[in-house]
Amino acid sequence: MATNAAVIKPAEITTTVTVAYEHPWIVRVAHWLGAVSVVVMIGSGLRIFRAFPSFGPKIPQQDFVHIPGQFTIGGWLGGALQWHFTFMWIFVGSGLMYLIYQLVTGHWRQVLFTPRDIKGVWPMARHYFLFGPKPAADAAYNPLQKLAYTSTIFFGVMSTLTGMVLYKPAQFWWLTWLMGGFHLTRIWHFIAMCGFVAFIPGHLIMVALHGWNNFYSMITGWKRDPEYLG
Amino acid sequence: MSNDNPAEPQSGVGAEKPQHDEPEVRRQGQPTDPRETPPQESETVIVAVSSAGPAGEPIRAVSPAERKRMNRREMLKLVPVLAVGAFAVTKFRQPLLDEGLHFSDWASGKLFGRHRPAQTFSNRDVVPFDRFPYNFYDVADPGVDLEKWTLTVQGLVQRPGEYKLEQIQALPKFVQNTRHVCVEGWDVIGNFGGTRASDFLQLIGADTGARFLEVECVDGYYESIDMETVLHPQTLFCYEMYGKPLDRGHGAPLRLQMPTKLGYKQAKYLDTIRVTNVLQADKRGYWEDQGYSWYGGL
Repeated sequence: MATNAAVIKPAEITTTVTVAYEHPWIVRVAHWLGAVSVVVMIGSGLRIFRAFPSFGPKIPQQDFVHIPGQFTIGGWLGGALQWHFTFMWIFVGSGLMYLIYQLVTGHWRQVLFTPRDIKGVWPMARHYFLFGPKPAADAAYNPLQKLAYTSTIFFGVMSTLTGMVLYKPAQFWWLTWLMGGFHLTRIWHFIAMCGFVAFIPGHLIMVALHGWNNFYSMITGWKRDPEYLG
Repeated sequence: MSNDNPAEPQSGVGAEKPQHDEPEVRRQGQPTDPRETPPQESETVIVAVSSAGPAGEPIRAVSPAERKRMNRREMLKLVPVLAVGAFAVTKFRQPLLDEGLHFSDWASGKLFGRHRPAQTFSNRDVVPFDRFPYNFYDVADPGVDLEKWTLTVQGLVQRPGEYKLEQIQALPKFVQNTRHVCVEGWDVIGNFGGTRASDFLQLIGADTGARFLEVECVDGYYESIDMETVLHPQTLFCYEMYGKPLDRGHGAPLRLQMPTKLGYKQAKYLDTIRVTNVLQADKRGYWEDQGYSWYGGL
């Protein structure tokens, strides 16, 4: 790559840093609003679930799991519903903002996990979790990242659609029908939540592994000395 | 910066063209924009033209001072996120949550289809009577004297007064298998029979242009319902379940039954109903006054 080398010569220009604009503001705003709201939605959702922690009938009631109160937000069912019904707008709003941006700019091609990426997932996972060799990177996101990010979009859409059914099963009757009824939809809604719960620790570990500089680019957009420039 | 640089703009997915429109990617040899280089700092601002990363990220070589400025400028764009931090301030938290709930209730009212029926079910889907939960906030049986019971009608009606159960039952009876959804999350499909609320409102000469129906119950429970829902064809003054007169645990002799509302809106042991345009702030509903959604719609 002769052109870059000819242009940027840090040895000659001692006072410069190379920065790459990785995340436009709209992505960063959507990311942080989404991050805050997904935590609130999970915490308040678990408190709501505590009121009837079962997917079976009310009579006889068999609790599925006990959720300790410390993992919940809202203090009681009514309080949790207030958080849930407030932050659902922020959650959906930031999600829509992100999706529209991706569609308009065409950047979705960088993030969307496609069947072509399947074969690249295992080598990447082996690298991260089993100290395997690092696969060559030739795209903005590696297959494991694409899988993770595409999954969160899927879980976001899924939790929104199932949430609409739980909130308004009579008004969104066609959606209720599509999901297999109100009763089953509680399970889908819970599974979507589990998807986020599975994603978040993995995401945080990756952020920690990649250090402050990488994290900082989700705040300012600019990454200092991007690793892909060698 | 090594020479075997992988940042070939043509290599990455979707990198056929620079995709970030901001800031623009400058090509080699192209002069820098004079607007971005204040004269007094012209030596230290943008000293090298840029290329694009594997995903088309604009790349710049800048002075540390300029980098700081760029970072600060970009951080300002995250202010909307900081606004959410207001929820962390104790003083603002409850007012904000009240606003959120209020907005959701407003949206719920807008979404409500006044002729859109809630799903009805076949007899096969109805839960056996002994598995339809008794739910009460205080006592299962407030000891209503069923012989002497009357429904008191007040407010914006032409014929206020006391109404006997027989007068209500003389109106056409509707029977429906509908889903009863509790705010806790459980749901049961039950069989309900009664008079359409809209028919009874006609009987008492109610002003159906009014906004609310307030109800008070023998056990001290109270509720208020938006008029649109009251007039919905599936909203019943219910006096039968499973083909039998309402039993004491389910609200004998008369209760509300609205498949377009959550369970806590379906007041039992009705005592007084009032058609009104104004809700008293602390009399919107027993649970609503403690923080539940007033609309409580499905």
